[in-house]
Amino acid sequence: MELLIVTLIGLMLIAALAAVEARDLLSSVICLGAAGFSLSVIDLLVGAPDLALTQVVVEVVALVLLIRVVVTRRDTSSSAPRDALRTGAVLLAGGVLLVAAAFSVGVFAAGKAGVIPPFGQPLLAGKGPVAPGVSKDYLGKAADETGAANVVTAVLLDYRAYDTLGEATVIFASIIGTYAILRHVGRREAPADAPAGGAKGG
Amino acid sequence: MPPEEGMTPIVRNTTRLVSGFIVVFGTYIALTGHLGPGGGFAGGVILAAAGALVVLSFGRRVSSSLITEPTCHVADAAGAAGFLALAMLGYMVGGFFVNFLPVGRLHRLDSAGIIPLANLAILVKVGAGLVGAFLALSAFRPGRRSVLDDGTADGRDGRREI
Amino acid sequence: MSMAIYLLTFGLLIVGIYAVVAKKNVVKIIVGVLIIDYAVNLLLVLVGYRTGGQAPIQAADETAAQMATVAVDPLPQAMVLTSIVIGLALTALMVAMAIRLHEKYGTFDMDRIRQLRG
Repeated sequence: MELLIVTLIGLMLIAALAAVEARDLLSSVICLGAAGFSLSVIDLLVGAPDLALTQVVVEVVALVLLIRVVVTRRDTSSSAPRDALRTGAVLLAGGVLLVAAAFSVGVFAAGKAGVIPPFGQPLLAGKGPVAPGVSKDYLGKAADETGAANVVTAVLLDYRAYDTLGEATVIFASIIGTYAILRHVGRREAPADAPAGGAKGG
Repeated sequence: MPPEEGMTPIVRNTTRLVSGFIVVFGTYIALTGHLGPGGGFAGGVILAAAGALVVLSFGRRVSSSLITEPTCHVADAAGAAGFLALAMLGYMVGGFFVNFLPVGRLHRLDSAGIIPLANLAILVKVGAGLVGAFLALSAFRPGRRSVLDDGTADGRDGRREI
Repeated sequence: MSMAIYLLTFGLLIVGIYAVVAKKNVVKIIVGVLIIDYAVNLLLVLVGYRTGGQAPIQAADETAAQMATVAVDPLPQAMVLTSIVIGLALTALMVAMAIRLHEKYGTFDMDRIRQLRG
């Protein structure tokens, strides 16, 4: 099982690299779709069916939106010389991040666990260096207190409903931002008198 | 494929047959969120996928007379207001967002208090919001270009408003 | 093996950051933001996995106490569920900005846009 998950994450990594480096914009969007669908399979294998379902549908709609952008003008991204300074800075920062990640996972800890418990032993099992959190209580009491068989929904809409309200607000704000950006279609219907936006108030 | 007129009759007839099922499926996933995987967010995005299918198959002109933009705006705001109203009604029992409906037996559709109602509110909100955003994106007609293709600008006069 | 899983996920994050910082095409930058989103969601879901565990949904014939010993952690899954849909709304917003930029400047290239802004 772990080998399968490592293979799928490797597939996501290759798809992401292909998406970033492809010359044709449509090809890079399709490689991103491949990465998203393998993420959904990983979610299914790790025991999160809600997430797999949501990720598949979200990936489909995101692909439709991105292809809408790309078909606007099917140009290839120009083969500008690679910006050496920025690439070097990102690689340096990435190296520092990987070393920090290795510390937290426990590569340099000589056999003892790092800050993140090893894969397969979640914090609620109580074996890690940190005391188990509230997840054990959620799992045990969700059916009696909330009556929901799906503990994830019970956590989202009963124990942590305030966070869901915040998230609905964030989605609301994003959609309103989309409306606001695309709003000025009507103003451009005027005959060709002023340039975009009307510097003289047209 | 001109975006105004829509697609071939095969695509349009298939959409007529299938889009109703997709809407029902999305509503089912949202309403049984407390019994199995799913929930309001997955159902809302499935509704948005159905909306995108209708907009793409029938073209912008026909579908924006079918699903008008004010409808989407009103439904979006109604979903958000409904969710907030459910939260405020919890004050009747004790506090903000308290589950005030009876808990009921496990595995029944009407168990779990306000959770199915909250899922319904989120379904309406997310679905209508994303359909409206998609409609706005496809209805956007590019106006005159401000700068020409080869990099020169046409008659810049002082400040240019972004 | 568990270290390889986490380190590969961090590698995915670095690929996303590279695409946002060092690429000049607006669509590539959007792709980079989405890759960062996937990497963070993946890491959060992977932290909550229990070996041989099942999904945290109670079947019709088991008690809550039985489920609590076999299920995976439900709390990261709840966080990631909201994060996935927020990623979709973010994609819609970025796509609207990209369409606007293309309509105003005629290109997706950030260097040309910086030259033309005046």
